[in-house]
Amino acid sequence: MKEEKGFYERLAEKGVSRRDFMKYCGFLTATMGLSSSFVPKVAEVFAAPKQRPPVVWLHFGECTGCSEATLRSMYPWIDQLVLEILSIEYHETIMAAAGHQAEDVLRSAVKKHEGNFICVVEGAIATKYDGAYGKIGGRTFLEIGKDVCSKAAAVVCIGNCACFGGIQAAAPNPGGYKGVGDALGIQTVNVSGCPPNPINFVGTVVNYLLLGKLPELDWANRPLFAYGKTIHDQCPRRSHYEMDEFVEEFGSEEAAMGYCLYKMGCKGPSTYNNCPIVKFNGGTSWPIQAGHPCIGCSEPGFWDEMTPFFESQ
Amino acid sequence: MSSVRAIENAVGVKIPANARIIRNMLHGAQFQHDHIVHFYHLHALDWVDVVNALKADPKKTAALSDNVSNAPWGGANYFKNVQQRIKTFVDSGQLGPFTNAYWGHSAYKLPPEANLMAAAHYIEALRMQAKAAKMHAVFGAKNPHLQSLAVGGVTCVKDLTPDNIAEFLYLWKETQDFVKNVYIPDLLAVASFYKDWGAIGGTTNFLAWGELPGSDQEPESLFMPRGVIMNRDVAGVKMAEQEQVTEHVAHSWYKGEAARHPHKGETAPQHGEYDTSDRYSWFKAPRYDGEACEVGPLARVLVAYGKGKPEVKALVDSTLKKLGIPVTALFSTLGRTAARGLETVAIGDAMEGWVMELVGNLKNGNTQTYQSWEMPDSAMGVGLNDVARGSLGHWIEIENKKIKNYQYVVPSTWNLGPRCRAGKLGPVEEALIGTPIADPKRPLEVLRTVHSFDPCIACGVHVIDPDSNEVYKVRAI
Repeated sequence: MKEEKGFYERLAEKGVSRRDFMKYCGFLTATMGLSSSFVPKVAEVFAAPKQRPPVVWLHFGECTGCSEATLRSMYPWIDQLVLEILSIEYHETIMAAAGHQAEDVLRSAVKKHEGNFICVVEGAIATKYDGAYGKIGGRTFLEIGKDVCSKAAAVVCIGNCACFGGIQAAAPNPGGYKGVGDALGIQTVNVSGCPPNPINFVGTVVNYLLLGKLPELDWANRPLFAYGKTIHDQCPRRSHYEMDEFVEEFGSEEAAMGYCLYKMGCKGPSTYNNCPIVKFNGGTSWPIQAGHPCIGCSEPGFWDEMTPFFESQ
Repeated sequence: MSSVRAIENAVGVKIPANARIIRNMLHGAQFQHDHIVHFYHLHALDWVDVVNALKADPKKTAALSDNVSNAPWGGANYFKNVQQRIKTFVDSGQLGPFTNAYWGHSAYKLPPEANLMAAAHYIEALRMQAKAAKMHAVFGAKNPHLQSLAVGGVTCVKDLTPDNIAEFLYLWKETQDFVKNVYIPDLLAVASFYKDWGAIGGTTNFLAWGELPGSDQEPESLFMPRGVIMNRDVAGVKMAEQEQVTEHVAHSWYKGEAARHPHKGETAPQHGEYDTSDRYSWFKAPRYDGEACEVGPLARVLVAYGKGKPEVKALVDSTLKKLGIPVTALFSTLGRTAARGLETVAIGDAMEGWVMELVGNLKNGNTQTYQSWEMPDSAMGVGLNDVARGSLGHWIEIENKKIKNYQYVVPSTWNLGPRCRAGKLGPVEEALIGTPIADPKRPLEVLRTVHSFDPCIACGVHVIDPDSNEVYKVRAI
């Protein structure tokens, strides 16, 4: 209990009360689809464990938008995630080391924590020309992926690129890019989106730390707690759809009244995600709230399957 | 934004004033966010030795902080707590992202107290940047990858409510307070220990497409003006014309040797061996009138300075005076890092005016945010803008209402591209020549210059020891 006290003291110093913290844990527990009896257990995960779980975060063919999204995590704040909850052993964007020193960190972390670390992968893997489209320190993404992922306790793909190939894999896909599971022939947990909401990533990791197993997954290996329902089924504009009230031009009177965006090309009916419930950037907004049709960014192959984005299918 | 502008240019649609203002607000929020993250989280640890902060006296740190900054946090207790947090972290043996860096390197010059102050603000800035991103999301739907732009305007007409505008203003104020009271004082405090970097890492030519239009007159009304500076002749700044851009592939892994304007551009990959005497990069080499140009905050600030833009000129002059360094010190790694901070202030100050302009329009009943348009059978378009990292251009050719050719030339291609057909070096290649390196096996100094460009890439840098000719591969990430 001594550790727990220290944790809440530190939270208080940061202006976060125990009550706020428990509220967050409650929110996260609900997002994960667990009953309220799990709230104290979720809190335990964050209560400054002695040994923080090691995470190795790989970057392949991507834009770093998923890392950026994770940096925007507000509950828990990113500094808590990095300094007090997880141990981010390797992450190209935020790590201070570079060059040989950085690659040494990767090698030693994988060796030291073999079988025990969570491998987070951001980005797709090039498979054509022996993977020549993407190399780090002389090794291809394919080589690094095979080496590191096989030694992880679990592989969590963050973002559509790592999950399903993303824009790299869109036609004509000159580099032969694939999602990590496909490229390496392994089971991954796919926290999809472009970028995904950081809360769904945190929820997946907490699920693992809490229950010692990965969350229930759908047919595309996405956690059901976040990707179990369509955008359409959870959309606050749904009643307008039922009433045949549609936006047919941006900036119009109908747009100002928040009518349904289906005729503007909204892919909400065939997209599984929890954006309408959790929203982005600490619950601030999400595309349909901002009057923009959903582009289906958490679905496999959305660059090919969901385009043209502004035409209804 | 560039892609939307390229299509708007091709189809010939003029966006309404409110759409222009909201785009400026979004873009301003992006600048504030990106520059804070760059300074504190992607660049500061090249100058700040976090581990050395453990040796600091919290009382002296509090005095230093009171002396140099107006940060809302401070006092001996605060710094003691931060130091304890770092100590707990280091003692845990799990150094996470701080593992194996160049701590203790002789090129780190800050006293322990300055290191502790900067480390404290590194942590505070992690939270501040999430709030700045929230500001972007108010009218942008989410950050990163905003989703409220459309060809013809913006989609967020329903969001133009007093509570949203108030939330945006509140977040803007908090961010701008941080920029002025923490970021800039930290920048000056750190810079004062590294004045020698005012003579290291400079380049020769500078290009800015400019950004943040004040009316539909572009480029005349751009808040950060458009221009090109050759041979460091700041006073001789000229208007930049997109027709002067070519992309070379002679040293890149693409077919052929031809240098083409983006409208005639081809992207035909052909991977080969890594050979610096032949082809060695996936980057093309963009050139303006045949010359390599640096893009980004320093280019924008120099162009604005050369054009006598009062908001920028006053900031630059007072900063040079405070640091006691000459104007020529701007052509350097230090100048680049300082310019980033100064434009954050200038753009941040302008944002409030834009919000008030929007409020004025809404009060007068002008709620137009979108202009409809028709897709022509064929058209050519160009979208130019300046994003946090630098000048960005998109070139589109439409045929049968579909994209026939699409090329973009992005900031990191300008800055990190390889040599061109004529063998001229890219800006980062040029900037690294002559960098003093205390220990070739731990080339912290190289990171300083490479990171100062805010590269959007895990880039490959190769350092050659002139004595032994031994090649050290250094990956700057």
